[in-house]
Amino acid sequence: MSGMLKVKDLRVNYGGIEALKGISFDVEQGQIVTLIGANGAGKSTTLRAISGLVKTASGAINFLGRDIIPFNAQQVVAEGIALVPEGRRVFDNLTVLENLKIGAYLRTDKEEIEAGIEDIYQRFPRLKEREWQLAGTLSGGEQQMLAVGRAMMARPKLLMMDEPSLGLAPLVVKDIFSIIRELKSEGITILLIEQNANAALRCADQAYVLETGRITMSGTGEELLADQRVRDAYLGSTAR
Amino acid sequence: MNRKKIDSATIISAVIVLALYVAVFVAEQFIPATSMLFTVLKKGATYALVAVSMNLLNGFTGIFSLGQAGFMLIGAYVYGIFTIPVLSRMDVYQYYNGGLVQFTLPVFIAMILSGLAAALFAFLIGLPVLRLKSDYLAIATLGFAEIIRALFQWDKLGPITNGSNMLRLFPTFNDFNIRGADGQVVVYLSTLVPLLISGVCIGVIILLINSTFGRALRAIKDDEIAAEAMGIRLASHKRLAFCISSFFAGVGGAMLAMYQTTVQAKSFTTAMTYEILLIVVIGGIGSVTGSCISSFLFVACSEWWLRFLDQKQMIGTFEVPLLRNGFRLVVFSIIIMVVVLFFRQGIMGTKELPDLIRGLRGKRAKGGADK
Repeated sequence: MSGMLKVKDLRVNYGGIEALKGISFDVEQGQIVTLIGANGAGKSTTLRAISGLVKTASGAINFLGRDIIPFNAQQVVAEGIALVPEGRRVFDNLTVLENLKIGAYLRTDKEEIEAGIEDIYQRFPRLKEREWQLAGTLSGGEQQMLAVGRAMMARPKLLMMDEPSLGLAPLVVKDIFSIIRELKSEGITILLIEQNANAALRCADQAYVLETGRITMSGTGEELLADQRVRDAYLGSTAR
Repeated sequence: MNRKKIDSATIISAVIVLALYVAVFVAEQFIPATSMLFTVLKKGATYALVAVSMNLLNGFTGIFSLGQAGFMLIGAYVYGIFTIPVLSRMDVYQYYNGGLVQFTLPVFIAMILSGLAAALFAFLIGLPVLRLKSDYLAIATLGFAEIIRALFQWDKLGPITNGSNMLRLFPTFNDFNIRGADGQVVVYLSTLVPLLISGVCIGVIILLINSTFGRALRAIKDDEIAAEAMGIRLASHKRLAFCISSFFAGVGGAMLAMYQTTVQAKSFTTAMTYEILLIVVIGGIGSVTGSCISSFLFVACSEWWLRFLDQKQMIGTFEVPLLRNGFRLVVFSIIIMVVVLFFRQGIMGTKELPDLIRGLRGKRAKGGADK
C-alpha cells in the first residue's frame, strides 16, 4: 500500500511555544486515520499545518508524492485536500446552496458542479429541503452536514475533519460517524481528529495518540481501543 | 450559476426601475429645471453610487473603510483636470501659467480615468492598510483621506491641481442637455444622464455581488478562516474589492464635480465620508436597494425638506421656538440616534427590491434566494 499523506517530523511554533514537537504519521489511501488527544495536544494545529493555514517550522508533508509544505491554502485545496473545520464554520449569512458553491470555489467545471450539488442533496436530503435557508439558521447537526457537503464539493482525495462531533447531541454524533463510514466505503480517504476517542477509534483503520505536541502511541483502532493506557486516559476505564 | 433564475420578482423590479427613469425623463421636460426635485435627484444619484460602493466594502466584504471622501476627491480632481477646455485653462490656472496639462479628454473617458486613478491609489494604499483589521483599518483609511486632501492643496503640485484654488469651467450635468441651433435647450437630459451613469455603475456592482467573486466576498465577511480553507485567497480578494469600490467612489467623485460645477480639495472632508456612512447605515448594511433609497431620502432631507428648520418660522403671530441656523443638523443627529437605537437594520436590512416583491406575494419562505 502506498501512503497518500506522509508527515515527517513536523514542527509548528506559535510565537515561542512549540505546538508540535516533531510528529510523524502516515495516511494510507482509502483508510480512516484518526488522531486523538486532549485539548491543546496539537490536533487542530496538525490539520491547519497540512491545510497551509499556519506556517510550519520544520519537517516534511508529502501528499501523493509532492511536498506541500510551501503551498498556501489555495494550492492545498487544489491538490485535493479539503478541510471540515472545527466548530463547523459554515457561512452563516449565505444560503445552503451558496455554501455548497463556495466549496467548489476552485473548480471551473460548471456542469459537474451542478451534478455535485445534486449528489450532496441526495446524501443529505435535509440540505435540499433547506436549500434557500441561511446556513446560520440550521441546527448544529444540519450545519455539520453542510460543512461536510461543502468540503466534498471540492472533490477531495483526502478529507480532513476537525472534531465533527463537537457540541452535537449523542444521536446526531451517531449520524455523523455513520456518514464518515459511508464516505470511506465510497473510497474517500479521511483524516479524522476527535476528542470523542471512543467513537473515533471504533471507525478508524489506523490511529495515533497525540500528547502535548508528540505522538505517544499508534496502532489500529482496535488495538488502541484495547490498550489499557488509552482506556484510562481517554475512554474512562469502564468503557468497552 | 447555470440555473439562473430570472423570476418574475426580478423582472418586476427591473420594470419599476425603468418606469422611474421614464418618469424622470418626462418630469424633466415639463418641470422648470430650477426645481429642487432635480437638485435632489442629481446629488442623490451621485451619493447613491458612492454609498453602494461603500456598501460593497462594508456590507458585503466586511472591510470597514472610511476613505471614501479621499477617493471621491481623486476622482473629482482627475475629472476636472482633464476636462477643462484648453481655452479656459489660462483663466482657471491663473496663478500657474495655465497649468501643465494642455489637452482635453471627452467627458466619459475622463470619468473612467477618474475611477482608474482612484483604484490605483486604492491599490497602493491597500498594500499596507489591508493587513489591518476592523477599527484599525478604518483609522488608517481615514488618515489616508486626510493626507490626500492636504496633498492636493500643496502649492508645488499647483500646475496640475491648481493648489488650493478651485477647478472650474469643466463640463457639468447641464452640458448633457441637448441644445438647438439658437442655444435654447430642446431636450433636457441633465438629470437623466447622471441617474443613468449611476444606475449602470450600480448595476455592475449588483452583478458583481451575485457572481462567484461576490459570493467569495460574502464568505470572507462571514468567516475569514473558513473562506481561506475553501481555497479563497483572502489578500487578493480584499484588494480587488477595495480597488473596485474605490473605482466607483472615483466615478462618484467625478459626478460630484459635475454636480457642484467646481472642485476644491478642502470640501472633501471627513464629514462627507460620514454622510455616506450614514446613508449606508440608514439604508441597511448589505442592501444595495437600501443604500439607493436612503441616499435620495438623505439628500432630499438635507437639501430640501428640512431646510425650513434653519429659518425662523411663523405660525400666525407665533414664532416657532428653537428654529435657527444649524438646527437642521441637530434634528439629523437625533434621527441618527433613533435609527441606531431602534432600527439597527436600517430601512431594508439585507433585503433587496425583488425580495420585497416576493414578500408582498407572501412567498416569504423563498425570500433572499437571490439578490
